[in-house]
Amino acid sequence: MTQPMIQSEQDANGVCLRVSGKLLTQSLDTVEKAFASFQPDRGDVTVDLTGVEALDTGGAWLIADLARRVRSGGAKVQFEGLSPAHYALLDTVAENIPDKPGVEAERPGFVDWVASVGARTAGAWKDTLSLLGFLGLTLHRLVRTILMPWRLRRAALVSQMEETGFKAIPIVALMGFLIGVVLAFQGATQLKQFGAEIFVVELISISVLRELGILLTAIIVAGRSGSAFTASIGSMKVQEEIDAMRTLGLDPIEVLVIPRVVALLIMLPILGFIADIAALIGGGLMSWIDLGVSPGMFATRLKENTGIWQFAIGMIKAPFFALVIGVIACWQAMQVKGSAQSVGQRTTASVVQSIFLVIALDALFSIFFSELGI
Amino acid sequence: MDGAQLEQTSKSDTQREAVIRVRNLTNQFGPQVVHQNLNLDVWRGEVLGIVGGSGTGKSVLLRTIVGLNKPAAGSIEVLGVDVLNGPEDERRRIERHWGVAFQDGALFSSLTVLQNVMAPLREHTGLSESLMQALGSLKISLVGLPQLSCGKFPAELSGGMRKRAALARALALDPEIVFLDEPTAGLDPIGAAAYDELIGELQHALGLTVFMVTHDLDSLYAICDRVAVLAEKRVLVEGPIEEMTKVDHPWVQEYFTGPRARAAQEKG
Repeated sequence: MTQPMIQSEQDANGVCLRVSGKLLTQSLDTVEKAFASFQPDRGDVTVDLTGVEALDTGGAWLIADLARRVRSGGAKVQFEGLSPAHYALLDTVAENIPDKPGVEAERPGFVDWVASVGARTAGAWKDTLSLLGFLGLTLHRLVRTILMPWRLRRAALVSQMEETGFKAIPIVALMGFLIGVVLAFQGATQLKQFGAEIFVVELISISVLRELGILLTAIIVAGRSGSAFTASIGSMKVQEEIDAMRTLGLDPIEVLVIPRVVALLIMLPILGFIADIAALIGGGLMSWIDLGVSPGMFATRLKENTGIWQFAIGMIKAPFFALVIGVIACWQAMQVKGSAQSVGQRTTASVVQSIFLVIALDALFSIFFSELGI
Repeated sequence: MDGAQLEQTSKSDTQREAVIRVRNLTNQFGPQVVHQNLNLDVWRGEVLGIVGGSGTGKSVLLRTIVGLNKPAAGSIEVLGVDVLNGPEDERRRIERHWGVAFQDGALFSSLTVLQNVMAPLREHTGLSESLMQALGSLKISLVGLPQLSCGKFPAELSGGMRKRAALARALALDPEIVFLDEPTAGLDPIGAAAYDELIGELQHALGLTVFMVTHDLDSLYAICDRVAVLAEKRVLVEGPIEEMTKVDHPWVQEYFTGPRARAAQEKG
């Protein structure tokens, strides 16, 4: 490829610029500076383009931009030796050079940062209101579904139950089992020092049944199903499917949100129960291996010393966690605007918020139940 | 149509250079055969319009030529390079010589319009930031978008504007071949006419070869040098649009002699 060249000659009438070679976008980097730094001192400019072998819009821009700068200085510009086709291109480009090229937005300064803090604070309050509104809407539809059960989309519900519940069993069971093992192992090390190994049973059963089983299950489900809810409904929002539903008289809450929330309400307690059992098995196994607490002894002590309320408290919390995860995931999906990037951001926000709120809610429950004395 | 173009289309095959050469192409999705032994030549500097009923594989043909779809059989040469089985670096090189504007734009949603247009320049040239911005905004202005849209994100544009932005990105590297998938669908008539004119101008000035899948009869009459009709799993007929009305095939007859075609013919 012939490299593009630019040469200037000064004569009595003015400056003669000779441009030659292939003025193509891909090879412009070599002449870009020469064009930009060209400053006519005085007189008119003749641009001799006889040697130009090829021209595209990039090359034409350089020539047109140079001509414009010369003309703005009051001098005249003449072109020589340009083929008609190239001349037409030069014309087209010259006509289309924007007066004020659109520039990228400037980097935000301190004031913008302060403004964004304000905007985000105001936005957080608005979001809270919007989320509460969405919670109310969902609860209203939920009650309506209970009163009119035939309106429930059963196929969607079953498929969601499989997706969020059934398919989560292996990971939840494994997690529960490992939690049991860890508690037993760590508990045993500490309790051995006091010769109180047998209390490992209460350590495991109370902490798992009351708190850890359901809490960790909820966190896994938030990460697994909450993100899936936001991503799938959010993509539908991007594709205008939600709008299409509304125009067809379908209620997106009833069609999309209720089956997902109900599926979680049913499946989260079941998953929590599975995690509890798996943790007891893991803990029992570890106690047997490490401390010599036989499975029989473990079971007897479990029955005698751990009240049914420990288990019930865990289970009572499950539907609340399910509601938090489902509502936040679906609400975040509804906030998706326009682009695929927005789906990603909302999915992340959905998981972070639902995990945070599940833990916060758990803390509230903890205080509530201690005040009640159970 | 002016004299030069008429002359070009009447040249014999030996004088014309085929920039795209499709031979015995067969495309199959499961049991459904889309193309069977399809042959097509695209000559340098022409605007070729691809028409055909829904499901005749117009877009599939486009996607196959640019390497997004692997055909079951056949060969495709673009600018003398075998795009299906040629060496990897040859194929990479050839990709710089074509631009594709997809039907719905396919703009990168996380970049602004200007950044979208600058993306190929950034990737393939060593130009300075300011020149890339200048060329980017020139392309945006060339396709008839206001400079205001430079800093906008694709989601903030209307469908028609997204199409134009996609064309600007396809033209960013001043390619030799431009593939357009339904370029004027969704544009208002004035915008579509201006767009046709733009394609004509660029094609004339740059020796651009345009491969255009379209249903817009106005475009076909205004700028297409030749039309290729896809039907019965192959290119049923190709040639200047004036000859299409003489083709004895029910679909072709209905397409090119219907009321819309007559109106477009009068305009063109």
